[in-house]
Amino acid sequence: MLAFILRRLFQSLIVMLSVALIAFAMFRFVGDPVNQIVSIDTPQAQVAEIRRSLGLDDPFLVQFARYIYNAARLEFGVSYQFRLPVISLLGERAPATLELAFCSALFSLAVGIPMGVYTALRRESPLAKLFQAISLVGISLPTFLIGILLIYLFSVTLGWLPSFGRGEVVKIGSWWTTGLLTGSGLKALILPSITLGLFQMTLIMRLVRAEMLEVLRADYIKFARARGLTTRAIHFGHALKNTLVPVITIAGLQLGSIIAFAIITETVFQWPGMGQLFLRSVQNVDIPIMAAYLMLISFLFVSINLAVDLLYALVDPRLRATVGA
Amino acid sequence: MSMIPPPAAAPSRWSRFRDSDILASFLKSKVTMVAGLVVLLLFLGAAFSPWLAPTNPFDPATVFLADSMIPPAWQDGGEARFILGTDDQGRDLYSAILYGMRVSLVVGGLGCLLAASIGITLGLLAGYLGGRTDAFIMRIADVQLTFPAILIALLIDGVVRGVFPKASREDTAIYVLVISIGLSFWVQYARTIRGSTLIERNKDYVMAARLVGLPAPLIMLRHVLPNVIGPVLVILTINLALAVITEATLSFLGVGLPATQPSLGTLISIGNKYLFSGDWWIVTFPSVTLAALVLAVNLLGDWLRDALNPRLR
Amino acid sequence: MTVPVLSVRDLTVEFMARRGTLRALDAISFDIARGEVLGVVGESGAGKSVTGSAIIGLIDPPGRIAGGEVVLSGERIDNLPPDAMRKVRGKRIGMIFQDPLTSLNPLYRISEQLIETIRTHTDLDAADARKRAIALLDEVGIPAPERRIDGYPHEFSGGMRQRVVIALALCAEPEFIIADEPTTALDVSVQAQIIALIKRLCQERGTSVMLVTHDMGVIAETADRVAVMYAGRIVEIGSVRDVVKQPLHPYAKGLMGAIPSLEGDAERLVQIPGAMPRLQAIPPGCAFNPRCEKAFARCHAERPELVQLGDRQVACHLYDQPQSSRDKAGIAA
Repeated sequence: MLAFILRRLFQSLIVMLSVALIAFAMFRFVGDPVNQIVSIDTPQAQVAEIRRSLGLDDPFLVQFARYIYNAARLEFGVSYQFRLPVISLLGERAPATLELAFCSALFSLAVGIPMGVYTALRRESPLAKLFQAISLVGISLPTFLIGILLIYLFSVTLGWLPSFGRGEVVKIGSWWTTGLLTGSGLKALILPSITLGLFQMTLIMRLVRAEMLEVLRADYIKFARARGLTTRAIHFGHALKNTLVPVITIAGLQLGSIIAFAIITETVFQWPGMGQLFLRSVQNVDIPIMAAYLMLISFLFVSINLAVDLLYALVDPRLRATVGA
Repeated sequence: MSMIPPPAAAPSRWSRFRDSDILASFLKSKVTMVAGLVVLLLFLGAAFSPWLAPTNPFDPATVFLADSMIPPAWQDGGEARFILGTDDQGRDLYSAILYGMRVSLVVGGLGCLLAASIGITLGLLAGYLGGRTDAFIMRIADVQLTFPAILIALLIDGVVRGVFPKASREDTAIYVLVISIGLSFWVQYARTIRGSTLIERNKDYVMAARLVGLPAPLIMLRHVLPNVIGPVLVILTINLALAVITEATLSFLGVGLPATQPSLGTLISIGNKYLFSGDWWIVTFPSVTLAALVLAVNLLGDWLRDALNPRLR
Repeated sequence: MTVPVLSVRDLTVEFMARRGTLRALDAISFDIARGEVLGVVGESGAGKSVTGSAIIGLIDPPGRIAGGEVVLSGERIDNLPPDAMRKVRGKRIGMIFQDPLTSLNPLYRISEQLIETIRTHTDLDAADARKRAIALLDEVGIPAPERRIDGYPHEFSGGMRQRVVIALALCAEPEFIIADEPTTALDVSVQAQIIALIKRLCQERGTSVMLVTHDMGVIAETADRVAVMYAGRIVEIGSVRDVVKQPLHPYAKGLMGAIPSLEGDAERLVQIPGAMPRLQAIPPGCAFNPRCEKAFARCHAERPELVQLGDRQVACHLYDQPQSSRDKAGIAA
């Protein structure tokens, strides 16, 4: 088991290093960092001085090592457009994105799993067919269209829910802000969470359905039926447990893409999160923010991957045995 | 044995196709047939937009600001010459949608082709050469696969924008998009091609070609490629929908095509600003077109996958 | 005569396919007496496993029982409502599947699977069910059952897993067991042990067995009677002594010819030419006619029915004729 964890840790490290290399290359070679600092009438000598003081004349590997060292201390440099440290800009917006991602993930699991189970067990019922149709639409429609549609329905036409912003937020500790504790904050979360979670929800529903159908064909299910176990015990005991094991993996990995897809949702709902910041940096080619966001997201992804692998090993006794050996 | 019929002539290609499960499954599913019809109509509309559209929305000489924000023809204030109304700059929405769809499909299609070419090349190299080349290519693929394509596309978009000079951004936008999509979607092709190349590599005909002394590139292109290209067609179809969505998303986010050269995504982005002012048509019609296009292509892709390879399900 | 434990009459199973209906089982009939072991042999696709599934009521759509009846100890069970039939499964009919590697749910401990099954069919509480489960594992030959009972299936070898499967099938003391190729997926070295175990346990309990296999050696050693199936029908059924030693139906002769004998008479190993027809391509007349050396005009035109010949039944036109021509055909080949 320890060897397994170590191997996975090592792999994660390699991934992080390659991402760091890309981030560094972007930072260093896409647009000269010095040009962002100096103006046209800065004397040449001063430009050279700045260049030296930033360490841009050092060998590549030294610069890369310094970049990684700084990144490990969360020093990602200064944003070109805001003239502020990147990490404080990201930190300020992280709670909004993480809260949104968490609520979407919750929504997609809480709705997707039951829908998937239902469509697998009652394949021919009209409701299952309706779910299937919804899932096809959900998987086909771009996230931003779903957002626009929801805004049109619930904000413009019905006027029930706000269409932009986080509502009223409460400060917890020194930097975390939450919308979960106020009425308007909760209300503001509903539409963005659904928009962001809908794609994952349909994905999970389809996955659960396909996996469940596969499991229901398995020999051990037939044997369970031949032993006269109740349908309930077979479906919600044996079949569901076996279905959910692979679903955990995918669902965990989807958490990463939820955070990435938040870029779109945050734009549609003017949600003050990291995604919106990232998008603005792409529009304005603000490389330090892009590089930092890439590193941050990669770190999240890699950590989630690692956590999912370990969780998987804990849930599945077969794997536990093989990785333990 | 008089009961055995005389050997019939070898069935023609057409009759084999007619009797195959592919056609049967197509005709059996009404949904697939409707999807096929929708795709055909939209593709034709996009291909012939210069002849079908009443005006050319790209030509500033035919667009007048005085015509802006006219509702669809059947509403109060609508005009017969603008069936679906006009946008904020006075462009005929119906024409803009036809042209926009053309832009969307061209960008999506070129992006897919670029992705397929990169993926096929790298997949062939990885599978045929093996060893370090294989490890290197597939490692990149693994890392990239961890991230959603839209994020990769956004990053590449940002980087490429940084590389091109600022002034030319409007003109280069379309290339930036194609490159972003191409570099975001190659992994799936590479993995598929590599997998089947690994199998083909050890078959007798490749061995024979090697023994004869044919150069490796020739063996890969002439002998291996034709035998592994099949699944790529299915991936292409499914990816076309994804690429169109990606283009629309990037344009919607304001990092895709500019308003002077609108794709469906750009049109939706423009319309979205008028969602609250009651000018619903600007956002609705491009959205419906995009949704119909993507849904229909997806349905066709699903059907094609099931019909060609039920095991993939 | 006592009531047989299982009585199958004209059982017909059909599958709805895209290009019409396929008849997987065509009006088969047989009885199994108390404590008797009936072997069912035939090639893959002959309908052996479908017979087992039909009896225990596990034919899934697009398949269905299209006709006939299944009577268990005098009570008709093929038309029971689903929940009543569920209570028959496991409680009165046990079933052992082919592959012990896939028959057990990998995510549940052996104890959980056994106790769940026991408690479904009895009023035992959890503690008593556990005791019963341990006793069962001991009986099927799992060493140190108190300890091993809490293991997961992957911690057991194939042969041991099949013992667990047998324990699961027997845990509610059913009167009838269907063993569907119980040794096919196992190492040759443990096959004999598993067969001996099934035979011993069923003898002790007086349980009747339907043993589906294509291993003629197993039939010869284990079964009391044997049914030979071909293309969804029974072509010959009788005592093992008769059918194995002196098969009548040309197909049965071919099958028996395929048993390697220890005397080393290599010439006895004959092969039946050709393959069994697929269900959608069964020829008119006798289904075996394309492969039969003795086929004559009537075999291509008319479907032979089972006819009684002494203690056995055979479905072949060779034995369904006036005595004189039967002699000509050379009955005691």
